[in-house]
Amino acid sequence: MGVLSKGEVKAYAVKPSEKGLTAGRWAMVIDTRVCRKHEPCEECIHACHHLHNVPQIPYKKHEIKWIWKDEFEHAFPDTAHEYANEVLKDREFLLLCNHCEHPPCVRVCPTKATFKREDGIVMMDMHRCIGCRFCMAACPYGSRSFNWRDPRPFIKNPNPSYPTRMKGVVEKCTFCTERLAEGKLPACVEACKHGAIIVGDLADPHSEINKILREYFTLRRKVHLGTGPSVFYII
Amino acid sequence: MLEKALVGSKKYYALVFFLAAVFLVGFFFFLKQLKFGLGITGMSRDVSWGFYVAQFTYLVGVAASAVMVVLPYYLHNYKDYGKLTIFGEFLAIGAVTMCLLFIVVDIGQTHRLFNVLLHPTPNSMLFYDMIVLNGYLLLNLICGWTALHAIYKGTKYPDWVKPFIYLSIPWAFSIHTVTAFLYAGLPGRHFWLTAVMAPRFLASAFCSGPALLLLLIYIVKTFTRFDPGEKAIKALAKTITYALLANLFLFGCELFTAFYSGIPSHQFSIKYLFAGLHGHMKLVPWMWTAYALMLIAAVLFVIPKTRNNLGLLPLLCILVVIGTWIDKGMGLIIGGFIPNPLERITEYMPTFPEVMISVGIYAAGFLIITVLYKIAISVMESRGLI
Amino acid sequence: MHDAGKVIPGIIAFVVLVTVPFWTNFGKAAPKPQPEIPKEYKKCVESRDFMRREHMKLLRKWRYDVVRNNMRIYINSEGRPINMSLQNECMRCHSSKKKFCDVCHDYVSAHPYCWNCHIPPEEKKGWATKEVKSLTEEASSKQPASHH
Repeated sequence: MGVLSKGEVKAYAVKPSEKGLTAGRWAMVIDTRVCRKHEPCEECIHACHHLHNVPQIPYKKHEIKWIWKDEFEHAFPDTAHEYANEVLKDREFLLLCNHCEHPPCVRVCPTKATFKREDGIVMMDMHRCIGCRFCMAACPYGSRSFNWRDPRPFIKNPNPSYPTRMKGVVEKCTFCTERLAEGKLPACVEACKHGAIIVGDLADPHSEINKILREYFTLRRKVHLGTGPSVFYII
Repeated sequence: MLEKALVGSKKYYALVFFLAAVFLVGFFFFLKQLKFGLGITGMSRDVSWGFYVAQFTYLVGVAASAVMVVLPYYLHNYKDYGKLTIFGEFLAIGAVTMCLLFIVVDIGQTHRLFNVLLHPTPNSMLFYDMIVLNGYLLLNLICGWTALHAIYKGTKYPDWVKPFIYLSIPWAFSIHTVTAFLYAGLPGRHFWLTAVMAPRFLASAFCSGPALLLLLIYIVKTFTRFDPGEKAIKALAKTITYALLANLFLFGCELFTAFYSGIPSHQFSIKYLFAGLHGHMKLVPWMWTAYALMLIAAVLFVIPKTRNNLGLLPLLCILVVIGTWIDKGMGLIIGGFIPNPLERITEYMPTFPEVMISVGIYAAGFLIITVLYKIAISVMESRGLI
Repeated sequence: MHDAGKVIPGIIAFVVLVTVPFWTNFGKAAPKPQPEIPKEYKKCVESRDFMRREHMKLLRKWRYDVVRNNMRIYINSEGRPINMSLQNECMRCHSSKKKFCDVCHDYVSAHPYCWNCHIPPEEKKGWATKEVKSLTEEASSKQPASHH
């Protein structure tokens, strides 16, 4: 393939990282019982936001978040009801991109800046996003944030090995694709000392995550919309 | 024919320079937006589309409504619309241009706009919206300009333009259908997730567009010798009447589905817009104004005596234009974002720079319409048609 | 010709105005840019000639492959594997954006906006203000114990 112009590089060859972690379909289980035991713990949030240079913008309308917490009635608005027990009402739930099987954000993106990888991860190409925010209207989980302004002044402690974003693009959780490629687990998983977050391969019936899903009762957010979320919650 | 745009009365020049000046003011604020980012607007993480997208939606309707004069004239040979069709098509040209400009200012990475062409994505409704809007602009340029050129030459429009005219009719329906599909296909946005979205869009378009056209015609009539004729005006008033009734009827259908089914998520946005939700009620007065205006207009349009009163008609048109503008240009888009998918409420109001940028775009659109209308009038005058 | 008295001076004025940059800069060539080449590293990704000419195309292909195809390793013409990363690989050797990238880019008035997002090496240092340093320490003390 003479891909680059008449220079001496005739064959442009690339390969995936050898130590990378792979899966047929990445998925995540969050054990909310463990989270509740250790409240108010936000180490996964801090780790994620620090590693990915997510700015801390005090002005709520311009807020950017990849992973955050909210109450049951907001995390599961169609499941919550007024007679639920106190345990459920008090518990805070970690929210992030669900890396849907049928992601509406991917369906609506006019440039394929948001796309689904073969391993199920819904990924963003920051070089291509035009900032039309159609994906934000389409996401039924509110998982996406837009850079309403230059985020850099709001990143106090940048991670020098990861880029920031610029104004005018949408961003969200990427399931730590950059870490998976290095053979590392997602930042939130690694940050949780209590093992509340487990990731694994949903496509492999013998995987740890499938065993957990068979053993425990789990919820997913807004399953009735047919998006097929890949984040499960043990209640 | 373009030279006709360069010579005119002092009033014409004054209007042109005024609109150009307003456009420049808007452009100045747009430069500020480019510098700071879209944070200069009132939009937020929760209400991620606002005034710009709402104006875009409203103006697609105005553009599509040209078909309400084109269709009777070309398909049913309704001669009374003869002089009016060109004005309808020229209004469409101005409106589509404004639509495209509102998209340009709403994009976060303006210079990447052409990524939409570079990476065409047929699963995105925006891909089709780009095609139908630009196609519609082209069709109206071809049809309107050739028709006027025929008048200029004192001939009938050439045969080759006929397929374009016929194509422009279903095309007009397509632009507003695709625009409705931008919203109606999104899971989790219950206010928009309705099959009557496209019909409702068309109904509101076919009353607001012709009402705006009539208003413009009244203005033109005041300052020039142009007169479309009483019959044409009254016929167009009938179109507005039926479309307005259909629009209100379809809204009634929405109310029935949401409230008879009793499904809370289908009611939230409607409740927010008309009664407020958890004490948040910024849009409530606007929505009641919109529906009061549309209802009053509907009654007056239905009664033949008031509808056919040519002195009263402009007033009725103003009611329709303002009513549908609030309904679609504020309520429909913003209402869809409130409450957010987590059922939390963030309210929205456009900021001053946001309004100024929008006003600038409206000025650009009306500048185009002014110039095109001036050419049309001068051509008709030179032929002794008016 | 109508209005020749206005048209011809008009054309002359236009030509002069348009060519002003040529007249004002005539004979004043800016010095050839001298980007700083790292001393401790001998070999770049490909030959110097190739990199000089094609680096932007190569980077473009890299970013496509990394972001969209999850390909992380580039095999150069000598068969050497290279981690495809502007921020973490290129700038490991080229430790100054100002002395390397900007020198030529400014000369040819090219303004690639890579650095709107990617963090250049000098900024990595500059960003670490006192307040940030304390935060960094706090963060490193919180280093999570890995499991699994």
